[in-house]
Amino acid sequence: MSEIKAEGLRHVYSVGTPFEKVAIDNINVLIPHGQLVGIIGHTGSGKSTFIQHLNGLLKPTAGKVCCDGQDINASKQITHDVRFKVGLVFQYPEYQLFEETVYKDIAFGPKNMKLSEGEIDQHVREAARFVGVDEELFERSPLELSGGQKRRIAIAGVIAMRPGVLILDEPTAGLDPEGCAQILQNICDYRRETGSTVILVSHSMDDVARIADRLIVFSGGGIFMDGTPQEVFSRPDELTDIGLSVPEPTAIAMALHRRGVELGSAVYTTEQLVSAVKALGKGASGC
Amino acid sequence: MLKDVTLGQYFPGNTVVHRLDPRTKIILVIVYIVALFNAYNWYSYALVAAVTLGCIAASRIKPKTIMKGLKPLIIVIVLTALLNLFYTTGTPIVPGWIITWEGLKKAVLLVARIIMLIAGTFLLTYTTSPIALTDGLEILLNPLKKIKVPVHEMSMMMSMALRFIPTLTEETDKIMSAQKARGADFETGSLLQRARALLPILVPLFVSSFRRADELAVAMESRCYHGGEGRTRMKTLKYANRDLWALLLGAAFLAGVIALKKFGL
Repeated sequence: MSEIKAEGLRHVYSVGTPFEKVAIDNINVLIPHGQLVGIIGHTGSGKSTFIQHLNGLLKPTAGKVCCDGQDINASKQITHDVRFKVGLVFQYPEYQLFEETVYKDIAFGPKNMKLSEGEIDQHVREAARFVGVDEELFERSPLELSGGQKRRIAIAGVIAMRPGVLILDEPTAGLDPEGCAQILQNICDYRRETGSTVILVSHSMDDVARIADRLIVFSGGGIFMDGTPQEVFSRPDELTDIGLSVPEPTAIAMALHRRGVELGSAVYTTEQLVSAVKALGKGASGC
Repeated sequence: MLKDVTLGQYFPGNTVVHRLDPRTKIILVIVYIVALFNAYNWYSYALVAAVTLGCIAASRIKPKTIMKGLKPLIIVIVLTALLNLFYTTGTPIVPGWIITWEGLKKAVLLVARIIMLIAGTFLLTYTTSPIALTDGLEILLNPLKKIKVPVHEMSMMMSMALRFIPTLTEETDKIMSAQKARGADFETGSLLQRARALLPILVPLFVSSFRRADELAVAMESRCYHGGEGRTRMKTLKYANRDLWALLLGAAFLAGVIALKKFGL
């Protein structure tokens, strides 16, 4: 079980220099175990700063972060241990690959957990399976693989620690549509099989709308909205006001609304749009 | 932790010191250093110190920032002070002591000289953007082209290096965070262990540096860069009235220090 709670979180960069900047302020969030949370927001809205607090990479200027009720910054040891419980995959994680072979690179995390050889092997194979990396690749150098493969190996490197919470920062950035779909599928499978909490930072509204249980919208260093995709996308105008886009189906629904066609409740996936339009057709023919 | 590197860091501002032409500032720093090394008694030191403090005040750079720049050199400063204190012959402060009045004076003045030397040169890098600095240097060194010194290439290399310091710092920070997220430990263990712990940072850093260098070369070539010949600038440096005044004041200052030395005051 891994429950994450942030209380009154505030972070200021470069305190005491001319470059001082409040990145996030007064963040209060409770993420219960097993939820798939999508975090959306503009560049500079504080979302990256926020997620780096969840595994103790950044220390809050004020407030605290608790994992399972324990303050993660209470001692160095606790902060170190929490890194294995809360796995964080950075943006463009393939740039962090460094070992000679794929196998060794995925094993870096488990090795740092001081597991036995047998356990490491088990973790690595399991992680590789989750992200769909063939065992044939294990002895290859990670640097000579394709972009999509590198990305998946880098994600496997974090999954191999079997974290209760998996955080991914823009996992699909810079990948082709096929690669994107595959990574998202891997993430969904991983969550279904392990029951882990997954936090997904993305600016692709279509991605998060489809798979998230809950959306947290960041704006200007604070939480702007927090709710189910249904709730968040039922207020599309506010999202466009803070400069965010809405999923394509929602945009179509908004355009229809402007022309006087009401589709009813919030629409944010293609399936919903199709059924809403169909229902509309039925209603019209009934008249 | 990498953000604490202040050497050569530029603090943007809009004071007279910031607005001076970089060439003027480089010349003034040279004048300042010559004056500093010509100062040899209390009066001339006092004059140099007054000018230093005046310039710092005019630049609105916090004294604390300048002090922070001195930190890495503290060992050199202390060592200089101690050596001069103990190894200068003359009249002992207390009969029988090894410490002499001459030694004390020499130690104090030398420490003052080192501190002012650093403060003065830091003032240049704190108030001048690295790009302006290399541009100024390139123009000042232009005459050396006559004796086949590759001035343009050198300054291009320097501005590129300066340009990429913050990028590489940021990149290093990112890679470190990513490896820390996988439980890497850079702070504990024996020296050998800690050296080995750097590998997960250095390998990705080198890979990305080479990639970046490659991309930069392609980007420059695709915009027809072919060395300095016939190359013009987007921002040409122009002397203003204040530069003339600053240079005159600098000359007066140097003359003052030398006069004080001549008359043995």
